[in-house]
Amino acid sequence: MSNLIREMVRSNLKKRYQAEQRFRLYGLASVGFGLLCLALLFADIIYKGAGAFRQTVVEVELYFDPEVLGLNIPVETDQIRSANFDGVIRLMLRERFPEVTTRADRRALYGLLSVNAVYDLQALVMANPKLIGQSRKIWLLADDDVDMYYKYGREGEQVGRLAEISRIWVEQLADDGVVKTQFNTGFFTNGDSRDPEISGVKGAVMGSFFTLIVTFIISFPIGVAAAIYMEEFAPKNKLTDFIEVNINNLAAVPSIIFGLLGLAVFINFFGVPRSVPLVGGLVLSLMTLPTVIISSRASITAVPPSIREAALGIGASKVQVVLHHVLPLAIPGMLTGAIIGMARALGETAPLLMIGMIAFIIDPPSSVLDPATTLPVQIYLWADSPERAFTERTSAAIMVLLAFLIVMNSLAVWLRRRLETRW
Amino acid sequence: MDLSTLVLVLIAVTVASYYGGVMRSQALAGPLGGIKHLAALPSYYGFMAVIWTVVPALILLLIWTFTESSVIANMVIALMPPEAANLGEGELSLLYSRVGNVASGIMEMDTLGEAYRPAVERLVELDSFTAHFKPLLVITLAVTGALLALKMASAKWNVRYPVERTFNILLFLSSGIAVLSTAGIIFSVLFESIRFFQQIPLFNFLFGTEWSPQIAIRADQVGASGAFGVVPLLVGTLLISAIAMLVAVPTGLMSAIYLAEYASKKTRDIVKPLLEILAGIPTIVYGFFAAITVAPAIRRAGESIGLEVASESALAAGLVMGVMIIPFVSSLSDDVITAVPQSMRDGSYGLGATQSETIRKVIFPAALPGIVGGVLLAISRAIGETMIVVMAAGSVANLSINPLEAVTTVTVQIVTLLVGDQEFDNAKTLAAFALGLILFLITLGLNFMALHIVKKYREQYD
Repeated sequence: MSNLIREMVRSNLKKRYQAEQRFRLYGLASVGFGLLCLALLFADIIYKGAGAFRQTVVEVELYFDPEVLGLNIPVETDQIRSANFDGVIRLMLRERFPEVTTRADRRALYGLLSVNAVYDLQALVMANPKLIGQSRKIWLLADDDVDMYYKYGREGEQVGRLAEISRIWVEQLADDGVVKTQFNTGFFTNGDSRDPEISGVKGAVMGSFFTLIVTFIISFPIGVAAAIYMEEFAPKNKLTDFIEVNINNLAAVPSIIFGLLGLAVFINFFGVPRSVPLVGGLVLSLMTLPTVIISSRASITAVPPSIREAALGIGASKVQVVLHHVLPLAIPGMLTGAIIGMARALGETAPLLMIGMIAFIIDPPSSVLDPATTLPVQIYLWADSPERAFTERTSAAIMVLLAFLIVMNSLAVWLRRRLETRW
Repeated sequence: MDLSTLVLVLIAVTVASYYGGVMRSQALAGPLGGIKHLAALPSYYGFMAVIWTVVPALILLLIWTFTESSVIANMVIALMPPEAANLGEGELSLLYSRVGNVASGIMEMDTLGEAYRPAVERLVELDSFTAHFKPLLVITLAVTGALLALKMASAKWNVRYPVERTFNILLFLSSGIAVLSTAGIIFSVLFESIRFFQQIPLFNFLFGTEWSPQIAIRADQVGASGAFGVVPLLVGTLLISAIAMLVAVPTGLMSAIYLAEYASKKTRDIVKPLLEILAGIPTIVYGFFAAITVAPAIRRAGESIGLEVASESALAAGLVMGVMIIPFVSSLSDDVITAVPQSMRDGSYGLGATQSETIRKVIFPAALPGIVGGVLLAISRAIGETMIVVMAAGSVANLSINPLEAVTTVTVQIVTLLVGDQEFDNAKTLAAFALGLILFLITLGLNFMALHIVKKYREQYD
């Protein structure tokens, strides 16, 4: 009898061990899948976006002919503004490629260089009017299609829409050694633009900065005050329970609903202007408030009761206990929570679309009342643009956003390690 | 004087009143023989003065700022010629803004007509009145408050009590903000929804199977039927959420089990934060990844085995959303799994169960309420998720449960309806708020259900 049972158990044992191995493998595979997705996401973004940090420029020798420019000598500064720099560039291109004669081909030829090159020339001559009547070798920005072709198309990758004839010209210029790629500083110093080659993230970064400042100024003090009330002063009654339920519920409301709130209450009812960081910050601060309150409460409860009792014992009032003892000990934890909340707010897009922070804005904002977009909204706008060069820039902007998030989260971790007291 | 200068002056007055209060208390204490004879510490006298300075001035400033434009508008409109009184609300506000333009010198008087001269003159007058008088009154009130507080201060009166009381009220009001924002959400969404349902019957909205929110501006316009049936949107939302859950729940749960039960502490310390990075990545990044990388890959894979896949398939959006939710499920499950007491594991091992049998037969049932609660929260997260679906799912309503087709969701439609110019008397704009109401109610219901399940079925150990 007992032999029989032993036999049964033994024959089962192998199966059970196999099931054990399988189960363990599923777990490992799940963890592996998560990590694989993470790696894939980062690799994809970096692969797509790394190229945006390099930009193609073309060296040309320009003769600043006063006749072509339409300037009289001596030159007045006002005249330079309306001078025909385009003509100078075109003349140079015609001389370099004399075989190009038809109208359509010439137009393609002029398209090799960025239309914004004239502003660079303008600034150059403004700074140094002596250049007029002289020749000078200058690196000028290439058009975005040329940029795409030079960076990717030459290795056979099928990108962009650069015409066959333009490709030949680029190859000729490249053979002359006057085409190169350089670090794309404009990406960090320019605002948005319809021309990919001069568009940058500065406007979006400034917009995000102002929005987050407003968010922090509103949500941190209110969140900390609410947390102190709930933990230290609130009586145990229905009203307190109600507030508690509200806070927890607010934490789970989809972010897009906050956008509707902002549109209906802040913009339509209170008349806050649309598209400005102020209204964005107001909406995001309501959204991050629960995060700040919940983490602040956690750090208040982490302060041991003995500290409160000691302070009360030597005659401090309840308010003094909180302000002189509990708050200083809890503030590092509160700040950590607030930074994590800010990081979430920085990555938020949906509510900002509702309140009009999606407009096309060229100039970086200089205050909380200037129309602006934020970094994630800029990413959304660029992702929608058809030009291949914008896909590259979208990935690069995502890298900038992720870099900010990594810095903020590392700061939070560092703050926690550095300042947190363990009891 | 503009608002920022006014605020700066107010701050200066406030700081001065604090030091005034402290100095006043010292002056009171001097003849009595030191501050130990005062009923409260000198700083409390300072704070008392600050409260008297700031509170009345701020209340006045806020009331004035919020009512000023409507009061001025009423007074100016009263002076307009009689024909203005017969205009509709929209035309009247247009006319008023033209009066405003003339008053600020952007437009010429004759573009408006001589009949409006009294109204324009009154507006100029009122504008300059508030511009000068508002800051003056606010600052006067602040200074008066400060002086009053200094005069009231005495050595016997314990000012700590009123100061602490004010502090308490301030804290209470701060925690009330959470209630106010919930109320704000409910009212803003509800009011606009009611206006929507006045135009579109509730029944048609809830049970209609067609969604094409183009309202005909002219009667003979083609392709502007203006159908507002929410069913295709809900089906689309549920389809994408279901795909996301099919990815997130098994992977999230198994990762949590592996990390909690099998992995060494060292592995856990490295892998857990790495997985949580997935939760910290902004949704716009996932959206871009889904639209640019995943959707084309799925399309190519489908075509290679002869399936027709839409370029904005529900599958792509759902898969990527699932990946985003993995850490959410896994960290919630991890919490409840580690909360199951060790004694239950030891008991099961003692009876000869293998580790996986223990997990499946003992730990999983014990942790089930918490896990179900976590999954419900994850579903609510998936339904409310916006950017991934805006970028990777379709925007045309399509009643289908085929994951290879393009479907649209509630959140996508809210964004589509509200981005760009809005008019608030248009059913198209108001529809976004009705959708918002539905979204809010669904997520609220799921959250309450999750909390309820966790509370009711939680096993209490120890």
